[in-house]
Amino acid sequence: MKLQKASRYALYAVLHLASEPDKQCSTAEIAEEYDISIHHLAKVMRTLVRCGLIESVRGVGGGYRFAGNVRRSTLWDVIHEFESLEPDINTPDNLSDTAEIVISGLDSVNSEIDGLIRATLDSITLKTLLRYGVENLGRLRNSTQGQDRSS
Amino acid sequence: MVTANMNNNKLPIDIRQANSADSTAIVALDAEITGTDKSAYWADILNRFAGLPDRKHRYFLVATSADGDLAGFIVGEIRAWEFGSPPCGWVLALSVAPRHRQRGIGALLLEALCSRLKQAEVTTIRTMVLRSDKVNLSFFRGEGLAAGPYIELEKRLD
Repeated sequence: MKLQKASRYALYAVLHLASEPDKQCSTAEIAEEYDISIHHLAKVMRTLVRCGLIESVRGVGGGYRFAGNVRRSTLWDVIHEFESLEPDINTPDNLSDTAEIVISGLDSVNSEIDGLIRATLDSITLKTLLRYGVENLGRLRNSTQGQDRSS
Repeated sequence: MVTANMNNNKLPIDIRQANSADSTAIVALDAEITGTDKSAYWADILNRFAGLPDRKHRYFLVATSADGDLAGFIVGEIRAWEFGSPPCGWVLALSVAPRHRQRGIGALLLEALCSRLKQAEVTTIRTMVLRSDKVNLSFFRGEGLAAGPYIELEKRLD
């Protein structure tokens, strides 16, 4: 399973808004921040509003605001509208016995991998992901400072 | 005595070693959550894990509220050298009563277990949770656990 572009955009937008729940941001601001297509992001934002993860704020300085629950909403909740976990191996008609065995074996492995990916995405809440980000960035910065001091 | 958070009110919670007198409450709490009465199973676990000095490297801790109500429990042990794994703390069970949830009691129990494991010079904890068990998976993720170097494999024998 490779994440669709829309899923990546949805994760950027929801996590960006969830990191500062009291703040609102426009589609243009988020698109600029992550260097992504504003038109594609606008479509994704409409889907996220429909899912109840974000809400639009009208008026001057309007935009979008986070509307989910950072402790409950998971990465899977954000992307499931944009993803399919159907097997992506096309099965032609009239397969030989050998081809059927090969494709059936690959389907089984694919399904195992998809199950693990789904479980992983569904176990990480937005709050946990944001914490991973803070910790990872801290480690990276510490290691860079350590390298700077030793050089 | 530690405190658990409920609507910003700090409530006292006692975390201590389990003993045989906790048996009925543990069985009832587990049955409330899982829907299955496992009296014999918990009697065996208490017998093997709880409260005696010779139960080295095995831990059965309970969290109780000020009025003695069982709020939750955690069971863990140190295992070593399974398929080359250096000594590692395993969390075998963790339950918090629904009426005591959202107060951080699961985190307090895990912290208490980890503190004992650290005293035993263990540096890693590990657990195995059903893939569809979103509540426990999210909890452990939130406490900093992530996929490790081992993969669970199984096979049906029927």
